[in-house]
Formats: sequence, C-alpha cells, structure tokens
Amino acid sequence: MQDLETKQNLDVRLEALISEHQDMPGALMPLLHAIQDNIGYVPESSYSQIGKALSLSVAEVHGVVTFYHHFRTHKPGRHVMQICRAESCQSMGSEALEAHAKKCLNVDYHQTTSDDAITLEAVYCLGNCALSPAVMMDEEVYGRVSAEDLDALIAEARA
Amino acid sequence: MMATKIYIPRDSSALSMGAEKVAVAIALEAKKRGLDITIIRNGSRGLYWLETMVEVATEQGRVAYGPVKAKDVPSLFDADFLNAKNHPLSLGLTEEIDWLKKQQRLTFARVGITDPVSLDDYIAHDGYKGLKKALTLSGAEIVKAVTDSGLRGRGGAAFPTGIKWNTVLGCQADQKYIVCNADEGDSGTFSDRMIMEDDPFVLIEGMTIAGVAVGATQGYIYLRSEYPHALKALNEAIANAEAAGYLGDKICGSTHTFNLEVRRAAGAYVCGEETSLLESLEGKRGLVRFKPPLPAIEGLFGKPTVVNNVISLATVPIILDKGAQYYADYGMGRSRGTLPIQLAGNLKHGGLVELAFGITLRELLYDYGGGSATGKPIRAVQVGGPLGAFLPESQFDTPLDYEAFSNIWAVVGHGGIVAFDDTVDMAKMARYAFEFCAIESCGKCTPCRIGSTRGVEVIDKIIAGKDTAKNIKLVRDLSDTMLNGSLCALGGMTPYPVLSAMNHFPEDFGIAK
Repeated sequence: MQDLETKQNLDVRLEALISEHQDMPGALMPLLHAIQDNIGYVPESSYSQIGKALSLSVAEVHGVVTFYHHFRTHKPGRHVMQICRAESCQSMGSEALEAHAKKCLNVDYHQTTSDDAITLEAVYCLGNCALSPAVMMDEEVYGRVSAEDLDALIAEARA
Repeated sequence: MMATKIYIPRDSSALSMGAEKVAVAIALEAKKRGLDITIIRNGSRGLYWLETMVEVATEQGRVAYGPVKAKDVPSLFDADFLNAKNHPLSLGLTEEIDWLKKQQRLTFARVGITDPVSLDDYIAHDGYKGLKKALTLSGAEIVKAVTDSGLRGRGGAAFPTGIKWNTVLGCQADQKYIVCNADEGDSGTFSDRMIMEDDPFVLIEGMTIAGVAVGATQGYIYLRSEYPHALKALNEAIANAEAAGYLGDKICGSTHTFNLEVRRAAGAYVCGEETSLLESLEGKRGLVRFKPPLPAIEGLFGKPTVVNNVISLATVPIILDKGAQYYADYGMGRSRGTLPIQLAGNLKHGGLVELAFGITLRELLYDYGGGSATGKPIRAVQVGGPLGAFLPESQFDTPLDYEAFSNIWAVVGHGGIVAFDDTVDMAKMARYAFEFCAIESCGKCTPCRIGSTRGVEVIDKIIAGKDTAKNIKLVRDLSDTMLNGSLCALGGMTPYPVLSAMNHFPEDFGIAK
C-alpha cells in the first residue's frame, strides 16, 4: 500500500517536472537534470513517461541517460563522494587516496556503503588542480585532501 | 567611521581550502568585538597556495593575509589586521606580490578584484565598454576587430576566432546561435571555471558581442556538471544583466536582441568536442558528428552557430574596448595576445598566470611554480590536458607558443600545465591515457572505441615485461591508426601522451634509451 502511494507520488512529481521542461528546445538534458536533482536519480520507470512527452522512444531516452556518467538510475546514498582520478590529482597521490576511501567505506566505485551514508564515485577533474588531490562531497569541493581529511569527511557524512 | 571592507573569495578552489569557514569566523569575531566591517565575497586572485587569502581595503590599496584558516581569525583581529597591521600571515599589498605583479592580466583583469555578481562593480572596472563600442559598429567591423587581434580558439584547437565568426556572419538564416563551450574537462585546467565563478559578466559580455556581430539572438553556455559554483554565479550574473537591460530585447537601447541560458552538461568528456556538444545540447547522446558541414554553417538545430571556448569569448570585450592592435601587441609569432596559464599538479605554487605567449615552461615551473610541491625533481610535465604530450626536462626551454609546441610534437591546448616529480611511472601514465580514452569514447568511430581498450591491454603486457619489443611496435601501429583514423581529437590525440611517454621515458617501458 505504501509502495503504491510512493509510486503515485513519484508519478505526480515526474509529471510536474515534465510539463515544466517539455517545451524547451533540446528539453531532454535539462529535464533529466531536474529529475535527478529532485528525486536523486532517474528511475528507469520514468522513461516511457518522458518519451511520450518528448516524442522519443524508450530506447532513445535510455540511450541518453546511460551515455552520460552524471546520470544514475538507482537511488544513491545520503551523500555522494567523488574522488578525482585525473592526472593532476594523480601527481599528488590520488591513487593512495582512492585506495584509502575504498578500504574505509568497504565499497568500490558506483557503490553505496551498507549504512546508506555514502555513494562513492570517480570523477575526472573538478577544476581544483592547483590544490590536488581534490574530492567533492555532494556539491562542495575539498583541496589538498589527506587521508585524515578524508576520514573526517566520512565521519561527518555518517554523523 | 566607515565600515572596513574585507575581501574573502567565493571561488570554489578558495572554498576548497575553507574560505566559507573563514568568512563565518571573521563575521562572528567582528560582531563579538563590536567592530564594523563589510565582507565582500570576491573572486580568487589565483594564488591558490595562499588560499584562503583575505584582503583588507586601505588607502594604499588592498593588503593581503594568507593562507588563512578559521583558527587564525582571532589572532588576526588581535594583531589589528583591520588597520593592515603586521601578522605572521601578512603578504603586504596584494598588487605588489611579485607573482601577481609580473603578470599581464588582460582577460583576467578583474578576476579577484570585483564582486563577481555585482553589475555595478563590473561597470566600475571597465565592464561593458566593449559592448558599448560594438554597438556603434557593423557586424563586419566587429568581426574584423576580432580577426585583426589574432585571437585563436583558447579551448585547444587554436582556430582563428574571427574566421569562425565571419563564416556565421556570412550565412543567411532565420536563427543563429552563440554557444559557449564551458565543458572544461581537461585535467590541469581551471581558467574557464575561474572566469565563470569570478568574473561571469565578462563571458556574458563577450557572448553578447558575438551575438551582435553575427546576428545571433540566442546564446547557450554548455557548462560542466562538475562546476556547481560556476552555475550559481552565471545564473546570478545573467539575472542581473537581464534586469539592467544588458540581455534580452533591445539591449542597451539598441535594436539588438540577445538571450542567454546556461545548460548543464552531464559528465561526458567527449562533449567538449564541439559537434558532440551540439548533439548534447539538442538532447541526444553526445556522439561526434562528421564534418562537413561545419557547425558555423549547420550547427545547433541545424542553424549557423558560433562555438567558442570560455576564454576566447571572455577575451573579446577587451579587444573591442582597447582595440585589436592593443591585444595583438602581446605575444610572439602567430600566437598573439595573452594566455591564461594554469599551473597544476605537483607544484609548490599552483595557480593562474596570465602572460603573453612566449614564456618558457622552465620559467613557469620554477619562477612561478616554485618547483615541485614534494621537493623532488620535476621529471615530466603534461601540457594541454589528458590529450597533451608529456615533456621531459630537456624540453623545458620551449616557449609557450602554438607553433613552437607543434614543432616538438606537443600542444599548448587550453594552457594547463601538470607537473610530476620523479616518482611518476610513465608507463602507468600511458596506460591511463588509453584507459581514459576508453572510458570517455563516444563509440562512433572504431579506432577510438576499440583502439583505446586494445591499447590498455598491450600496455599491460609491456608493463608485465611480455614480448616488449613486439608490443612496443604494436602500440606504435595502433597509435598510428588512432592518430589518422579517428573522427575527433579524443581518439586522434590519445597517442600524444602515449607516444611522448614512450619516446622520452623509454626506461619506464623496459626499453633502452
């Protein structure tokens, strides 16, 4: 019963977002962003609704969602931690930082911790290259991140 | 008594070092002590190792302190920093800091000085002079000024901006577009981010001038999703420009219309390629298009479109304001003007250095960069992002100039410089270049889609010491195919980091020098 309510609620939210965006030129990308911002991810169950509104097939919507690294089709943890893997951060020890994060969180990239606190993602450049290694927690960037800094960020996210 | 003005950056790199906490601490401490201050959230001066840099306005100019942590705040007040008194973190007058004083800031003239979203501040610091001038000229005259300045695309391809504009100007169409490529995805680059966060109006003004010049009424900024602070600053600035009549119908009382909208990218590196970007803006997978047709003739939604990088567009206002010759007087050879260079990676003093073309890598790495952050010798430098060549110490005297770099089989690209100390394993870097290409390939052409994955496999064999000579030859063959057979620069330039690593650092691949 509760599931049914949640699904209805989701459909209503989706419908509102779709009607808000569907008349924009090139509406699909802004719409997908709005859905992910609002719901936390782009549910696969939304593809047909989106497709109907924008005159696209379900396959076309699926193709776009899965082309872009930013869009996810499953609910993330309460926080998303992105560790930069690009060259500048590598030159300042990001590989050790990645290993440390995976070990502490006991997850690999694209996975969520068992307490649902943190989803770990790789990112390729946050534009903070003068202060590598860099990490982004939700929408905040952190620079010159040490293993201890990372522990503190994790503890804060779990609190 | 007037409230003392304190400047604390809102730039995301400054925030990454705790600028928000510093701002909160300073506001609280001033309140506690009953002192009257006004906090202005400016952009960053780009001396990132000194962030959070706090500046205090005095009659002599702004006085800087840094790097300030929130815990330093009480001691700054104790030392009476509000009256520019001495403190262990004192840096003196900001404008007199050697690192900044030696620069030639044209595109970055206002960055770090103004409140990024204050239109009044922008106008008080020569903002919108370029547009005012442009509105007195014909489209062809504006395009001529940009052509005469010698400005070349700062995104990496270095194609003359004026020629692109001229093609769009010459097209007959009911709708034309200006698209700003703000999908700055190259590691080691952050100048686009700085412009958008720290002086967004200069980009808005540059795009408006482009619109007036070629007769485009709609602009889009295609912005990386990794830059939430830039999104916020741009949207605030656009709203302020619209409210004051600098965007919209009849801009500045003229007959021109120009509307501007920010569109978020979604983490695909290949969308920095202009045709892939256009596909994405149209709401599709970011697959690279065949050229021709050129985007200037059939671009966004099939209409004539100017696609320029952030820095190219942000440089247009000063060219219109001060004249093409003023800009062209900087630089060397066919590389005219200045380049905002980004010092990144393993350097002691990373940040933004804007200088005329012609400075050598060695000067940048040591005089500005201060050598490596770890104190070890700098062994390799990658210039121009993940598709740029790795350069060894013997090439550090190369001047930053498109042609000089091309002569040593390297690229200036977007001006990002990433330094590595002597702990770097170049075979691993070559492997990463292939791996990155495999992750980011759009999949349309075979050399890039398949070649990148095969590249990782062959490098793995080389690293494992398996049939080294045979596999080195295989990587060279594969690189030749990717270089000449790929549809765009992603597959076409991945061989730059791979082969340069192999050629300059053969010992890391288990082959003789």
